[in-house]
Amino acid sequence: MSAPLLKIDGIHKRFGGLHALNDVALSINAGEIYGLIGPNGAGKTTLFNVLTGLYQPDEGSFSFNGKDLFRQKPYVVVESGIARTFQNIRLFANMTALENVMVGQHVRTAAGVFGAVFRGPKAKAEEAAIAARAQELLDYVGIGKRHDELARNLSYGDQRRLEIARALATRPTLLALDEPAAGMNPKETDQLKALMEKIRADGVTILLIEHDVKLMMGLCDRIAVLDYGKKIAEGIPEKVKNDPRVIEAYLGVAPE
Amino acid sequence: MDIFLQQIINGLVVGSIYALIALGYTMVYGIMQLINFAHGEIVMIGAMVTITCINLLIGAGVNLPGPLLLLAGLLMAIPISMLLGFTIERVAYRPLRRAPRLAPLITAIGVSIVLQQVAMLIWGRNYRPFPQILPTTVHDFFGAAVTDLQIAIVILSLVLMAGLFWLIEKTRLGRAMRATAQNPEVAGLMGVNINTVISMTFIIGSSLGAVAGVMVAANYDQAHAYMGFMIGLKAFTAAVLGGIGNIGGAVVGGLLLGIIESLGSGYLGDLTGGFLGSHYKDIFAFVVLIGVLVFRPSGLLGERVAERA
Repeated sequence: MSAPLLKIDGIHKRFGGLHALNDVALSINAGEIYGLIGPNGAGKTTLFNVLTGLYQPDEGSFSFNGKDLFRQKPYVVVESGIARTFQNIRLFANMTALENVMVGQHVRTAAGVFGAVFRGPKAKAEEAAIAARAQELLDYVGIGKRHDELARNLSYGDQRRLEIARALATRPTLLALDEPAAGMNPKETDQLKALMEKIRADGVTILLIEHDVKLMMGLCDRIAVLDYGKKIAEGIPEKVKNDPRVIEAYLGVAPE
Repeated sequence: MDIFLQQIINGLVVGSIYALIALGYTMVYGIMQLINFAHGEIVMIGAMVTITCINLLIGAGVNLPGPLLLLAGLLMAIPISMLLGFTIERVAYRPLRRAPRLAPLITAIGVSIVLQQVAMLIWGRNYRPFPQILPTTVHDFFGAAVTDLQIAIVILSLVLMAGLFWLIEKTRLGRAMRATAQNPEVAGLMGVNINTVISMTFIIGSSLGAVAGVMVAANYDQAHAYMGFMIGLKAFTAAVLGGIGNIGGAVVGGLLLGIIESLGSGYLGDLTGGFLGSHYKDIFAFVVLIGVLVFRPSGLLGERVAERA
């Protein structure tokens, strides 16, 4: 087996007296859908923020694709190929869907400031390519017809799709999705599941936080369970589901 | 009727100058929620540099038509203003980016005072006359008098505003600016270089301010080291009137304020039976400012505050 795509070890993160992440280690292999579950307040989003560079961990190690990303700035993390969506949708609300995705390509396009203002043929060609690629991505996530709509006027489910398209615009190797199915109805959740499988089939590894256990069990190759900042279980869904510590974390201990 | 039309025309001329300056306030506010009180001084320095440059050229015996001399002055003033705006942001505001909002605001007032004093050291404290180089032909427009200069001011302002709209709506830099205004953190994650965007905002705003400064000096035939204060305050009022942070609002607010002020000062004498004359015209801007802050703090086109939350 080759080296994992992403590997963290001994990660600690404290907020004052709160030990939000306590010695967390995990590794994600290229091409898998890796799930992260746990009760509310278990540290899932904190771990997510560490993995995407938004939080700087206090201790530990973090490598991705052979590169050391420990305590790196968020845009370095994005450049290295990790893109994310947010639990509370954070789109550029007053820009069109197409423009949102075009902004996502900034990280991969070269034109300098002056090229952007005094547009030579090269800058113009790049601009056209950016727009075309953005449209492709909108089509890919299934909202291609809504490209001229302002992001804030899109339906909730479409906003989630747009966030995924914008994240994909950064050409990630690993796509990290923070509760993408939150607030979706069963039909939308099914479509989302299909979309994630399509993205994985196209060669992007996926890290997923989700509360919808049924969705997770049917989708993920491996799942890690966090509780009080510690990883209490990891493995294939079947194994995790029957792990007594996981049941305890979710349901409490059965009375003797 | 011709007096009414005359006041409207004068108002449009002054209003388009206000609008150009207001754009500088509103762009900076939109991106970093800072009221850059030093912007008025950029306007003043743009005017002063142009006057000096024209006088130097005339003194050196350069024999060019007036408009070309003016253009030469502008070509000198614009880069200097850009550099100044860029430097102010780097030196005075960037170190305070994560400070409470009051800190950069006070710094802005400090920068404004420093620039006024420096300008006085360089140019003295007296009024500087604007060189008499422009044609003073007066056209008759349905009974109102319009000069070439007034026509040029309005047209140039409209062209610059259209250019700015194009820049913001259609270019990569403009897209990055809008993304940064709406969510700097996420824009940074998407690879937008926030520092470059902020620098460019100051540079663009300052160049518009410099052009506006020259317009003010040419329109009133003079400039002085303190001129930035009042014109800056009025343009700020225009930006607030239109809805600060809103580009279209700055244009609407500027033109509207110019017309209100012009009509107000034109009829104030008649309305008060000669008790108050047209030299009270400055009160209109501030009556408008107070009115907007009381009745519609988000401005005419403003909606950003609610959205941002």
